[in-house]
Amino acid sequence: MTANLILIIVVGVMVACGTTLVLERSLTRILVGFVLIGNGLNVMFLVVSGPAGAAPILGLSGDPMADPLPQAMALTAIVITLGTTAFGLALAYRAWQLTGTDDVQDDLEDDLIRRRAETDQVSATFDEADSELPDEGYAGDATLEPGDEVPR
Amino acid sequence: MNDLLDQLVLAPVILPLLGAGLCLAFGRFAAPQRIISIITLLAVVASAAVLLVRADRHGPQSFNVGGWPAELGISLVADRLSSLLLLISTLVTLCVLLYSIGQGIVEYGRDSPLSVFYPTFLVLSAGVSNAFLSADLFNLFVGFEILLASSYVLITLGGTEARVRSGTIYIIVSLASSALFLIAIASVYAATGTVNFAQLALRLPELPDATATMLQLMLLLTFAVKAAVFPLSAWLPDSYPTAPAPVTAVFAGLLTKVGVYAILRTQTLMFPTHELRTMLLWASILTMVVGILGAVAQSDIKRVLSFTLVSHIGFMLFGIALGTELGVAGAIFYIVHHITVQTTLFLVAGLVEYRSGTTNLDRLGGLARLAPVLAVMFFVPAMNLAGIPPFSGFLGKLALLEAGVDEADWLALVAVAASVITSLLTLYAVAKIWNRAFWQPAGDPEDDTPVPFDPQVQGGSLHGRSGVSTATQRETTWKTDTEGERLPSRMAVPTIALGLVTVALTVFAAPLFSVAERAADELHERTPYIEAVLGDG
Repeated sequence: MTANLILIIVVGVMVACGTTLVLERSLTRILVGFVLIGNGLNVMFLVVSGPAGAAPILGLSGDPMADPLPQAMALTAIVITLGTTAFGLALAYRAWQLTGTDDVQDDLEDDLIRRRAETDQVSATFDEADSELPDEGYAGDATLEPGDEVPR
Repeated sequence: MNDLLDQLVLAPVILPLLGAGLCLAFGRFAAPQRIISIITLLAVVASAAVLLVRADRHGPQSFNVGGWPAELGISLVADRLSSLLLLISTLVTLCVLLYSIGQGIVEYGRDSPLSVFYPTFLVLSAGVSNAFLSADLFNLFVGFEILLASSYVLITLGGTEARVRSGTIYIIVSLASSALFLIAIASVYAATGTVNFAQLALRLPELPDATATMLQLMLLLTFAVKAAVFPLSAWLPDSYPTAPAPVTAVFAGLLTKVGVYAILRTQTLMFPTHELRTMLLWASILTMVVGILGAVAQSDIKRVLSFTLVSHIGFMLFGIALGTELGVAGAIFYIVHHITVQTTLFLVAGLVEYRSGTTNLDRLGGLARLAPVLAVMFFVPAMNLAGIPPFSGFLGKLALLEAGVDEADWLALVAVAASVITSLLTLYAVAKIWNRAFWQPAGDPEDDTPVPFDPQVQGGSLHGRSGVSTATQRETTWKTDTEGERLPSRMAVPTIALGLVTVALTVFAAPLFSVAERAADELHERTPYIEAVLGDG
């Protein structure tokens, strides 16, 4: 198989730039990054499909035919990238609408654990309430009258 | 007539898509949308059942879409493994749909439709079916994208802040794994000139070992993200708990299993020589142990369940990594068991949330007295998940342990030990939920007030006593004061039905396990599949 070096370099540059953007905090930049990666990968499909130049149509002429499959795949991938990008942009807009920024936020749990570690606190699951559970004298829920039918 | 039956393989993919279109057409009317979705999924369940019978009796059923030969076009194949998983997944999807219809009626009243929910849900089902049935890598990718795109919509449904936040992480992770998948497909195509599973099975052994291993690693990495295998699982517990209960339930049941299925299919069909056995075993051990340790540390029902979900993916990976027929059969059985049980538990968590307005263990209590039926509905699948005999979870784990002991090398034995420890810790985790939500009296209402965040004074608790972020819980639109009210039967009945399915898995464990064994046998032989795909092409 002959491969086109320039196209390979293009793929590399696009995916590298895209990856750099994905590592950003802003959702819009991340999406632009994924668009770059997606297009880079579409070019990659063309590279792997073999030599360029011929038409990917069977029986048009006696000329050798380019492989049509990767082109069909790239086309599908383009459509999918377009759809997800549109959704992602809507999401970025919604995030901006709600919080005034489209930064990807940390998970609250992770944030809590980090802060707790900084202040040298134990986890919430180390719960002393567990050890002082009333075992026998449980009188039931106070809000439930004795005559109440116990709901299903 | 026979031609028509051949085309039945198409039904699980086409029917939900058609149903979704019809639902969109009826976007303003609630009742037709519900009826269309129910009928569609019933038809899919029926066709999946027929497919399973036919695949079991006559070997893999294949159909080339558009009449192109399999190497060029798209072909769908239902062998025992795919049709078994298809049947159980559509059954679960149907139950969740009924539950969500019930919830929609309870939540918003009889006439207000959620115009995008039903179509998206049906598209999700089509994507899952497509992924299970596809016979080439690219169609598998398309199946993944269909289900991912609809899962993006479902996970951010309503567009509240918490859902947008957790949805963002989920979407970015999914996009990254999709990009990785595309790279893998392009590399596979460059190396072999095909993306068809059957042809790959024939052509991959001709490649140099290093190239084949690299391709295998790339595919594994992609699927491991989707399946939430340990080092790549961090996204899951962040993303799932915020979505509405039926959405989380169907995600937990199906989406990760599609990733596991893809690992199983590619490993057994394309890379049967298992150069990566050691790596897979380590991944399964770490997934099991790290996942369950996360579950033990959580104090919100949905988060505990999300972590057990990650943990139990390890069991399936364990069976796949062993690669023996018993191991693979155990993994298949475990996948079926886990799809139903995990979904049931998430549905029950939704009912708990309906009943008490929260799934935070610190605020729950006394549910066994308030809602005894709900307690039973939780107890049975929870014990099943933990693997208490005689439930199906026990049987699946037993098969996996047996397969591991048969191997008798130290790493397999370490994995066996890890799975035993994981089972015990799972029991601890579900017992904790049982104890605190159902058994112990309700907590002091004084504790319910959120504590303002001040690390110096409060020791880092951002959201009340437990530190569980209430912000990651959904803002409930239900009236939470349901004192003395019964559980809505529209939501309870599908949950009970699914609970009965989990029990049925135990009752009919013998025939089910023999199907799983035959499926594993078929995967091991490989030739029936390859012949079914390429033979009539």
